[in-house]
Amino acid sequence: MFPILIKKIGAGLLTTLGVSIVIFVGTNLLPGDAAQIRLGQASTEDSLRALREELGLNLPLYQQYFRWLFNFVQGDFGTSLASGNVTIAQLISDRYENTLIVSSLTAMIGVPISVGLGIIAAMFPGTLYDRILTLGSVTLVAAPEFFTATLMVLFVVFFLGIGNAVVVGSIEDKNLVELITHFILPITTLCLVIAAQLIRMTRAAVLNVMSSPYIEMAILKGIPRRRVVMRHALLNAIGPIVNVVAINLAYVVTGVIVIEVYFGYSGLATLIVQGVQTRDYILIQTLGMIFCATYVILMMIADLSSILSNPRLRHPK
Amino acid sequence: MSKLKKNEDEHYVAPFSAEVSFDELQDAPPSGKFRLSFTGKIGVVVMVFWMFVALFGQFLAPFEENDLPFPDDYSEFQKPRPGAWLGTDVDDRDILSRVMYGAGRTIGISLAGVIIAYVIGVTLGIGSSIAGTRIDLALTQFFNIMLAIPTIMFGLVVVAALGSSIPVLIITAGTIFSPVVFRLSRALGMDIMVMDFVEAAKVRGEGYRWIIFKEIWPNAAMPLISDFGLRFIYVILFVSSLSFLGLGVQPPMADWGSMVRENLGALQYGESVIPILAPAIAIASLTVGINLIVDDVSAHAGGKLSGRL
Repeated sequence: MFPILIKKIGAGLLTTLGVSIVIFVGTNLLPGDAAQIRLGQASTEDSLRALREELGLNLPLYQQYFRWLFNFVQGDFGTSLASGNVTIAQLISDRYENTLIVSSLTAMIGVPISVGLGIIAAMFPGTLYDRILTLGSVTLVAAPEFFTATLMVLFVVFFLGIGNAVVVGSIEDKNLVELITHFILPITTLCLVIAAQLIRMTRAAVLNVMSSPYIEMAILKGIPRRRVVMRHALLNAIGPIVNVVAINLAYVVTGVIVIEVYFGYSGLATLIVQGVQTRDYILIQTLGMIFCATYVILMMIADLSSILSNPRLRHPK
Repeated sequence: MSKLKKNEDEHYVAPFSAEVSFDELQDAPPSGKFRLSFTGKIGVVVMVFWMFVALFGQFLAPFEENDLPFPDDYSEFQKPRPGAWLGTDVDDRDILSRVMYGAGRTIGISLAGVIIAYVIGVTLGIGSSIAGTRIDLALTQFFNIMLAIPTIMFGLVVVAALGSSIPVLIITAGTIFSPVVFRLSRALGMDIMVMDFVEAAKVRGEGYRWIIFKEIWPNAAMPLISDFGLRFIYVILFVSSLSFLGLGVQPPMADWGSMVRENLGALQYGESVIPILAPAIAIASLTVGINLIVDDVSAHAGGKLSGRL
């Protein structure tokens, strides 16, 4: 049990390390180094050399990498190249709240509803309810986020006549309900985006358990279908469902990028887009690492949950 | 290999982990004639329509992509009226013409990207399943790391480094989506290579060419084709998302994703929302259409591939 857990976590760490190399090398392909960008027109040979010395840019690439990684792990992300002398940590702490609130509210609202709908669909496969839900999710699952977002705006703002097409105003001193109404459009859009996948995958996971012989046995014993699902199938489906949830939460991490730009409020995602536009590679490195690490951790949870719930995967041959 | 073992006793195992996601693999080659369902036929109609627009749209478009239909009447986001059947956009250009021009660009870039992903992925995947363990291990590890990076994030870093142009977009999309193709084709290759009929062919003394084209290909074709459709959808979404973020196809060139971005203002102070709705519907109808076809193909191939989308 424990060896395989440690092995999986180790693999996750190694993957994160690999990702960090890709990001570091990728951003180092950018034309011009930090010293040139920072000094701009006013640079002379001497000042450039001095600043490179100070920033460690004259070291070989692998040493620069370890230096960067070491600082990163300690929480020292460096200074932004584009926004004067602001530290990256400062930029992030100004912006992270919106992203965190929207993602966690999406998880809190979207996940239980979708999982519930998926389980109900699996309870009554082939019924009208199941078909409508399946057709709906087939349609939504392949549509881009901004299509779903546009539909939401049309429905909420134009049809219901409430709210605004963009998110405006500050979030200070707001309680949970006020926060939800503040971010109602991004949250519902993201919820719809993940619901499409979650419903299908949850349904598939439960149906898969439902096709096993012991369920057949339970049905043959004459247990009502609802009880078979609740008592027999669901317990064994929890692992796959947690796995599915984690995969979809990892998807929120990327989905939120488009959503933030669409609804025009500032967050980490708009910060990284801004970093790409201004070629602020230190900002890109840091945020890229944060996004990727979150993604890897969620994927690792997905992996672990399926191992923990399934004795067969605990002892691979 | 443990992935593939799962299939045989899948009744006893709750599958569905990232590790065991090859539920589309099957034991026997597809049998029977392939028939499209009703929704599948709708998908084909939609896809053929967009392919036609992509090929000939720019010749049939009423205006050039940056022409103004009403040079005298300069106001943005006009409602549809004769001369501009879908209205005008933020710079008073004809929406219909821009959607038609954008079709070729969005679909062309995505198609080229997914083909590159397939060339890289299938070559290395099948090669890896035949080659020795050391190469296989190295490639698998490398692609696993690539898989751990969210696609859009990878795209952002590449665009930041190389700038955005159509060739960069195509190659980026191809590189980003090759790991998934690699994983699938490697698993397929490994699965089929150990089948009895391949062994029999080897014993018969058939060459590699026969084995690849007459033994492996017929068995790998269906899963690969339906995955190609899925991957195509993903690449379209990826390219349009990048364009939407302003990092893909650059203005003034029309592209569906960048059209949504340009016209975001229409939601707040436009006379009509068509400028933003038209390109969004274009993308959604195309991807949903392909998805409907993929659903049919993968159902025929045995597994529900699109369940993984």
